[in-house]
Amino acid sequence: MTNNIYIYLAIMAGVTYAIRVLPLTLIRKEIKNDFLQSFLYYVPYITLAVMTFPAILGATQSPISGALALIIGVVAAWFGASLFMVSLSCCAIVFISELFLIPLT
Amino acid sequence: MKPLLSSLPGIQAENSRVFYDGMRDGIPIGLGYFAVSFSLGIVAKNAGLTAFQGFLASALVNASAGQYAGFTLIAASAAYLEMVIVVLIANARYFLMSCAMSQRMKPETPLHHRLLMGFYVTDELFGISIARPGFLNPYYTYGAILVAAPCWATGTALGVIAGNLLPLRAVSSLSVALYGMFLAVIIPPANKNKVIAGLILICFASSYAATWLPLVSSLSAGTRTIILTVAISAMAALLFPVKRKEMEND
Repeated sequence: MTNNIYIYLAIMAGVTYAIRVLPLTLIRKEIKNDFLQSFLYYVPYITLAVMTFPAILGATQSPISGALALIIGVVAAWFGASLFMVSLSCCAIVFISELFLIPLT
Repeated sequence: MKPLLSSLPGIQAENSRVFYDGMRDGIPIGLGYFAVSFSLGIVAKNAGLTAFQGFLASALVNASAGQYAGFTLIAASAAYLEMVIVVLIANARYFLMSCAMSQRMKPETPLHHRLLMGFYVTDELFGISIARPGFLNPYYTYGAILVAAPCWATGTALGVIAGNLLPLRAVSSLSVALYGMFLAVIIPPANKNKVIAGLILICFASSYAATWLPLVSSLSAGTRTIILTVAISAMAALLFPVKRKEMEND
């Protein structure tokens, strides 16, 4: 290892913080442009949806338990369960289904 | 709470109530963080980091994909400039999230709150913060950070020390906690708004297609997320512009 790990960590931390803090500190006013306003309104939903599927299928030991977690999570959230309950139901269904899907571990 | 921020007891009571709300919602995030950062600790160990360095990385960077990319570069003894570029790409989505968040901050929010909020713009904390109605109250986010951040940092350290001790099934079920939270943020508005419901289906389909389409599939997951987010949000903004009143109703 020729390079210093602490310099690597400082670069990782510095670059990441700059990306996160600059928009929050520099954009002080309401953006008036209709397109930009709508664009930023949609960003949160789009980006979280893109990150959820198909990644959820690969997060568990079996894609089936991942798919079950997706279904349970969607149904629970659709019917108004709290953030904590939705999350907990996803974890529970994976734990239970993998008892049957992956009996050896 | 800090008396400097406001002299009105009503606002202080509101802030502490919101702070506890944040702590409560931080629990599932913390659990998910622990599982993810534990497995990240195994990567850190293989890259030659000590438990302390793994802890430090997680405490300062707070980014799963960014840290993963960083650790693999450390393992490869990459150039410092390479580290800058890769971290920039892996974490570029936080730039978009931070822009979106800036529009939900009360314009007169002081600088120190913006500096603190910026430190912890993660997928999950962004998700739960943005899901709150009205302007963001920084204390909500701080409550969630107080619970989730220690889980993230200690999870990495423990992953370095005891990589393979946690049963796989426990890791497996904890890993979906994060996705459960994402669903809890995006599904309720989809129930009320058909445009958002349709967009979520388009996101799922195109994100799946992007994992096997030639050229696109060879990009990193972080880059694919940025491309899809920009493309689909721009399309939605053109086809379904949103009036300010509708935004406030959500």
